[in-house]
Amino acid sequence: MAQEAPAGDLRLADVTKRFGVFTAVDDLSLTVPQGSFFALLGASGCGKTTTLRMIAGLEAPTSGRVLLGDRDITGLRPYKRPVNTVFQSYALFPHLDIHENVAFGLRRRGIRKVGEQVERMLALVQLDGYGRRRPAQLSGGQQQRVALARALINHPQMLLLDEPLGALDLKLRRQMQIELKRIQAEVGITFLHVTHDQEEAMWMADTVAVMNAGRIEQLGAPADIYEYPASPFVANFLGQSNLIEAEVSGHDADDLLVTGHGYRFATPLERARSRQGPVWLGVRPEKLHLVADRTRVPDGRNAVSGVLTDICYAGVSTEFLLRTAWGQEMSVFTANNDPDARLVPGVEVTAHWHPRHSFVLPRDDSAGDDADGSATRPGATGGGRADGSPADGGVGVPPQRLEAAT
Amino acid sequence: MTALAHLGGTPPTTPAAPAPDRRRRHRLLPYLLLLPGAAWLLVFFALPLLQLAAASLYDPAGSLSTGYAMTWAVGNYPDALQAYWPQFLRSFLYSAIALVLALLMGYPLAYAIAQKAGRWKNLLLVAVVAPMFTSFLVRTLAWKTILSDNGALVGLLRDVHLLGPDGRLLATPVAVVLGLTYNFLPFLVLPLYASLERLDPRLLEAASDLYANPLRAFGRVTLPLSMPGLIAGTLLFFIPATGDYINAELLGTPNEYMIGNVIDSAFLVRLDYPQGAALSFLLMAAILAIVFTYLRRAGTEEVL
Ligand SMILES: Nc1ncnc2c1ncn2[C@@H]1O[C@H](COP(=O)(O)OP(=O)(O)OP(=O)(O)O)[C@@H](O)[C@H]1O
Ligand SMILES: [Mg+2]
Repeated sequence: MAQEAPAGDLRLADVTKRFGVFTAVDDLSLTVPQGSFFALLGASGCGKTTTLRMIAGLEAPTSGRVLLGDRDITGLRPYKRPVNTVFQSYALFPHLDIHENVAFGLRRRGIRKVGEQVERMLALVQLDGYGRRRPAQLSGGQQQRVALARALINHPQMLLLDEPLGALDLKLRRQMQIELKRIQAEVGITFLHVTHDQEEAMWMADTVAVMNAGRIEQLGAPADIYEYPASPFVANFLGQSNLIEAEVSGHDADDLLVTGHGYRFATPLERARSRQGPVWLGVRPEKLHLVADRTRVPDGRNAVSGVLTDICYAGVSTEFLLRTAWGQEMSVFTANNDPDARLVPGVEVTAHWHPRHSFVLPRDDSAGDDADGSATRPGATGGGRADGSPADGGVGVPPQRLEAAT
Repeated sequence: MTALAHLGGTPPTTPAAPAPDRRRRHRLLPYLLLLPGAAWLLVFFALPLLQLAAASLYDPAGSLSTGYAMTWAVGNYPDALQAYWPQFLRSFLYSAIALVLALLMGYPLAYAIAQKAGRWKNLLLVAVVAPMFTSFLVRTLAWKTILSDNGALVGLLRDVHLLGPDGRLLATPVAVVLGLTYNFLPFLVLPLYASLERLDPRLLEAASDLYANPLRAFGRVTLPLSMPGLIAGTLLFFIPATGDYINAELLGTPNEYMIGNVIDSAFLVRLDYPQGAALSFLLMAAILAIVFTYLRRAGTEEVL
């Protein structure tokens, strides 16, 4: 590497980026530990690419600092940073063939013998034999893999991946996810991975940050965020949630009690982010069980009744839509092992769940389900790892694939 | 002006059509489109060229009043070269120097207009083309004023001692080269602009992300991608500049005369048609030779 920067974490300190009056990144502070796999997740236009560009040095922050280890790299030119990017737009060099595209970074650093490395890299992204083609002669997904190879080959201290797998089909995407994870573990490069695909983010990353309108809304281990989201935005951006309007009515030794639409619900106190006033009571769809007979709800469970309006079969699971008396559609996922023949559209059913699967979020009456926007850290207290939370670093099909049905 | 960008574009492809007669018409269409231009070229270029070729082989003893006899006088060529090789050399030398100057000015100019001008782009392009709205002759005469002995420029250069007390610009090789540079600059800038305009700035970002400093990024990305415009522009500059005679005529003296001046006087003053024709063909052959070597070296199929 041209510059061996002092090893260390990447830190963004109060970074703001404005384009004219528009604030694309708003006072962002973030630490990406060295060697970690960090996923940045957020809706389109929330400032993910802008954040990466400031780390790569392609955009100067309006204010704030970018630090790598102890080194302030805010003003460092991009070609001097030990950071490489897989661009969202690929940005392959149209006048160079694939081989030369991939070799570009090595050559600029004065490495002469690149052939073998390039071949290995092309094999890794399953493009062996394509070396002499031009980018224009490749499909979108192939171009994307070239972009990946072109950045990976440099073994930078940090790799910025801007939706690097977006154009690939599901099977190839899985393979590339596995490859990326393997490379990351082997080489110890810090990966900052931007994706729209929440499942990919949770499956691949040690840490997931959910971004909304230029700010980090929540940051933590995938299971922690999934099981105990910090805001309605996160609850519905990372997977789906059923959020029921409710008011806190009191609590006993362990549980917070809330009432909403005539129902009483219990939630463990440590899973409540607000203990008074208007709140959202949330529960993930796969935590719900459906029974046709109301009286068969076990004791101590939260329950809501309604009419089944729709049943969507999605292979691994079935999604049931339940319309409550107050008109809310609740979503219920069940694994397809013993379908209950009585569950057909139009019947009255009851959905019930264990109190420890619900969570309580503050509800701002005026703003509806709009998030308050503060970067809240998850209370890493108990209740997070319920059954179904992904085993960290595990290989295989992520449990959250149920959400793919949405 | 963007038409210049399409120099060396691919020939039109014919999409498959279902009905056979329609397909035939589709295949004929490119030739039909070629027809008017081809006819024009035949009448006004090929035929006169043949006529000129014949004239270059006439008996040099003839004259306009006595008439010319076709004697296949191949000796006209070596004779012409013998008499006027200094003007030949001078033509190529002057236009080569002018080309280098024009590149030094024109490339940054085209780059700035294409990539950095933002909303001023069109205005700047108009500014580049605007001088063309006046005649070539008028523009060159204006330079005569600019470079004149009692003009501001010469005065300034004398004051800073870049010119001696009675040093001058007008009637020197410098004046002719400056005139050539100025007059043909737009022909270089416009195709270059068209190429650079299509350059995606994100490629430069990618290069810089991949450890290329600005100089390397220029050499490895900007320059190769602007090659089509660069080749078209240098040819459009060099060819007319080499054959030009107005600049030498108005800004120089017979000591600065280029081959264009000689051909001009052979046809219009001395009325020596065989020699004028022979010189014209020699010039054409020399330029063609240079262009072909250049295109081969620049690797046209790579860049066009
Ligand atoms: N150069 C620019 N000038 C003005 N506005 C910009 C510029 N670049 C980005 N923006 C704006 O900043 C916001 C964030 O853009 P950014 O590209 O970071 O989004 P993103 O999160 O990467 O979105 P996506 O997921 O669609 O790629 C957007 O609203 C965009 O319109
Ligand atoms: Mg983006």
